[in-house]
Amino acid sequence: MTSQVSSPAEQADEASEALVGGQRAPRSDHAGDGEKEIRRLDRVIIRFAGDSGDGMQLTGDRFTSETASFGNDLSTLPNFPAEIRAPAGTLPGVSSFQLHFADHDILTPGDAPNVLVAMNPAALKANIGDVPRGAEIIVNTDEFTKRPMAKVGYATSPLEDGSLDGYQVHPVPLTTLTIEALKEFGLSRKEAERSKNMFALGLLSWMYHRPTEGTEAFLRAKFAKKPQIAEANVTAFRAGWNFGETTEDFAVSYEVAPASQAFPAGTYRNISGNLALSYGLIAASRQADLPLYLGSYPITPASDILHELSKHKHFGVRTFQAEDEIAGIGAALGAAFGGSLAVTTTSGPGVALKSETIGLAVSLELPLIVVDIQRGGPSTGLPTKTEQADLLQAMYGRNGEAPVPVVAPRTPADCFDAALDAARIALTYRTPVFLLSDGYLANGSEPWKIPETDELPDLRVRFATGPNHELADGTEVFWPYKRDPLTLARPWAVPGTPGLEHRIGGIEKQDGSGNISYDPANHDLMVRTRQAKIDGVEVPDLRVDDPSGARTLVLGWGSTYGPITAAVRRLRAADEPIAQAHLRNLNPFPGNLGDVLKQYDKVIVPEMNLGQLATLVRAKYLVDARSFNQVNGMPFKAEQLATALKEAIDA
Amino acid sequence: MPDANQLLHLVPKAEAKQSMKDFKSDQEVRWCPGCGDYAVLAAVQGFMPELGLAKENIVFVSGIGCSSRFPYYMNTYGMHSIHGRAPAIATGLASSRRDLSVWVVTGDGDALSIGGNHLIHALRRNVNLKILLFNNRIYGLTKGQYSPTSEVGKITKSTPMGSLDAPFNPVSLAIGAEASFVARTIDSDRKHLTSVLRAAADHPGTALVEIYQNCNIFNDGAFEALKDKERAQDAVIRLEHGQPIRFGVDNGKGVVRDPATGDLRVVAVTEENESRILVHDAHNPSPTTAFALSRLADTDTLHQTPIGVLRDVERPVYDTLMAEQLDTAVEQNGKGDLATLLAGNDTWTVVG
Repeated sequence: MTSQVSSPAEQADEASEALVGGQRAPRSDHAGDGEKEIRRLDRVIIRFAGDSGDGMQLTGDRFTSETASFGNDLSTLPNFPAEIRAPAGTLPGVSSFQLHFADHDILTPGDAPNVLVAMNPAALKANIGDVPRGAEIIVNTDEFTKRPMAKVGYATSPLEDGSLDGYQVHPVPLTTLTIEALKEFGLSRKEAERSKNMFALGLLSWMYHRPTEGTEAFLRAKFAKKPQIAEANVTAFRAGWNFGETTEDFAVSYEVAPASQAFPAGTYRNISGNLALSYGLIAASRQADLPLYLGSYPITPASDILHELSKHKHFGVRTFQAEDEIAGIGAALGAAFGGSLAVTTTSGPGVALKSETIGLAVSLELPLIVVDIQRGGPSTGLPTKTEQADLLQAMYGRNGEAPVPVVAPRTPADCFDAALDAARIALTYRTPVFLLSDGYLANGSEPWKIPETDELPDLRVRFATGPNHELADGTEVFWPYKRDPLTLARPWAVPGTPGLEHRIGGIEKQDGSGNISYDPANHDLMVRTRQAKIDGVEVPDLRVDDPSGARTLVLGWGSTYGPITAAVRRLRAADEPIAQAHLRNLNPFPGNLGDVLKQYDKVIVPEMNLGQLATLVRAKYLVDARSFNQVNGMPFKAEQLATALKEAIDA
Repeated sequence: MPDANQLLHLVPKAEAKQSMKDFKSDQEVRWCPGCGDYAVLAAVQGFMPELGLAKENIVFVSGIGCSSRFPYYMNTYGMHSIHGRAPAIATGLASSRRDLSVWVVTGDGDALSIGGNHLIHALRRNVNLKILLFNNRIYGLTKGQYSPTSEVGKITKSTPMGSLDAPFNPVSLAIGAEASFVARTIDSDRKHLTSVLRAAADHPGTALVEIYQNCNIFNDGAFEALKDKERAQDAVIRLEHGQPIRFGVDNGKGVVRDPATGDLRVVAVTEENESRILVHDAHNPSPTTAFALSRLADTDTLHQTPIGVLRDVERPVYDTLMAEQLDTAVEQNGKGDLATLLAGNDTWTVVG
């Protein structure tokens, strides 16, 4: 996703479902005898689906990498169960990976696949509902035997009973072909079978003219210690490619040209949200010239950040896997006291456990980044599915008046910039900051224009070095709660600084001196001052995209940016004016938000919760904002959102 | 064992001679008159100049409870945090700043109830922390409920018919949690307390010092058996490394190992058995004997309570290992380059 909201590409883009996989001007490559037809498409949505153990995520990742290096715009949606290995062949065990790629800029992983690769009956059954008639389905016929079919309730084979008549079905004995291709390797049947995902990847790579060198290099690196397995996988991958090339069942292959118009000049890579967020934290540490300290406890879908940061110790990054969520944030806060750029990473249940320490950080007024990769809740909820239902927890989930700034990235790549922004706020205002990502952003990926490091923001801070206050008797002293009049931030005096020895704590403190104080008027002042500090955090004004003077505004936040923007494009393509604005800063809100909201007759707020942002804007601005909500663990689909927005406009 | 804690060399020394006064903050001490905490505070403030570290490099971190007010009274850096979490917070500080001497002040409720998890994990990791556990066997700040070290049957506000919980023996717990240094001392014995503080400061890694501390309001006299001159002779076993473990009137009692069970027991010392009296070895790598010593005490009467350093062994320190991994990573990969990291291995270029 690369576009601004009003992209010039919008007329052509996800304007209607009918255009999905729409053909570009036919090429003349359709030569005669022996030559296969090549069709040019503007975009394609592929979904790989199989058992949890079938390697579908890896397959999707590889196809994505090849697609990214080819220069298409792309967006991905991995979707997998919380169980590591659910019982084989069952519906709950199905794991899938959807990839949308195009010759222009796109915003979502796509609503409905053009191609479904189903590695077994469960994968077919679990996904067929999303596949429109006319789409291509590649099935591994070897798995369509009596028991696996019975396991998911197929009384007769869907490949033979006519239930797939509306689809272009390609029955391929993937397992048999893979084993056959690998017979020279002397592997057991079970070992050889494992490469069937690479056979499928090879076939799809042929179908869509993907480059192959990257995958071969990847396989050889991944299995460097087991060269035989590496070569077996490469062989299966090539066999899949050759199968497409030679078999008559696949008469047509497709080209999707690079999206050269969609991308500004620069160097690009593909990046997932959690990786971009990790890099953003490392970049923030460098820009602040402070060592990065992560205190964390493993939790889905945030653990990848812990894994990633622990790989970069040569950047001076310290990662501490704590005994629990509370210790994770506790250690981070301790490191913040010592002058580190401190971070804790978690998901919703972890935030609940960290609440008391976040409150302490509010009271201590120390910089701390709290990363919440939201997932379905309440309680354990849906660990591997996405949701936006922690907004009010981030805003209010603490005892007392404990305001915390909230920053939410909008796309996977935007997690990088959002992390830098969270660090800016934390360091400038000496406060904990929530960085609210979610499972969809965390695992999804898109092309990212690699930033020039000398253009990154300067985040350097000044530690206190000497006394900052003169007592009545002329004594120079250090007052830990004497504030900067502009930012209301207190000085950050780190241990090791002579003369600035001071004590801070969670008990209310006297304004200025920081000594314990139970004075009622002082408490009132301190509560209001802490609030004023957060209210005064500098955030950019909200930009509204409204090319044609619409009467309805759609307001979003976080990961709904892609689907909302795609839906807005559809409406505009159908000459339906609609304005769009998307919030990155949720606390404080941009200063112009109230004015923006009042300019529109209708305000629609789509959220993957039951209306948390809508509640906030209604309360704060007294506008009749309407919610459109979905909490099914999946991102919005553009078509469904467009319909809902249309209904709201017409209502 | 090295003579002194080598990690202490990472902490800058004081430039001028220090006195106890240098470590007193300007805050009025607000414990109840007669509280044992005063004695501990005085002992710590008195000991600090002997340590000779720059006071700006000393940090006291506490949780919640009466004892946790301690940092406010020390003229060093300090943090009064939240209930039970001081070891976690101190772990982050100590593991990111090896130039600091980090002390945790906690109580029996703070360390062993709400914060039990953090305590055992700090001990297991062997973070370079000195943990002073003030044990008064009662909840003082919340006005008198039983604590995880209270004796069974204790009548308190929350246990009008007597407490049902079997208590923790903090020293046994710490040894079980892989602690490398475990000691016990008593608030009123300034000399002993100071000697234990010195040993703790000299220890590289986590040092747990249990301090029996009298709460004169809610649990007065809890340790009287150990303080009363007459009774103490039979009640207190003073451990000294390299010395036979003897106590009682005229050192008439001693600790021997039961050859049948391997357990320890107390005997009247005779000429026949004198050679079998156990010699205390705090540096024994095996924690077995230290644990057995900790079990000699009767949890109700405190009869036969060992005090002193039960265990003091050297093993890798978490903060050191963490720093070494960072150094190794730089040696292996060079100092991290952000542009290289961001670019990764798989890029493509769009020409404008």
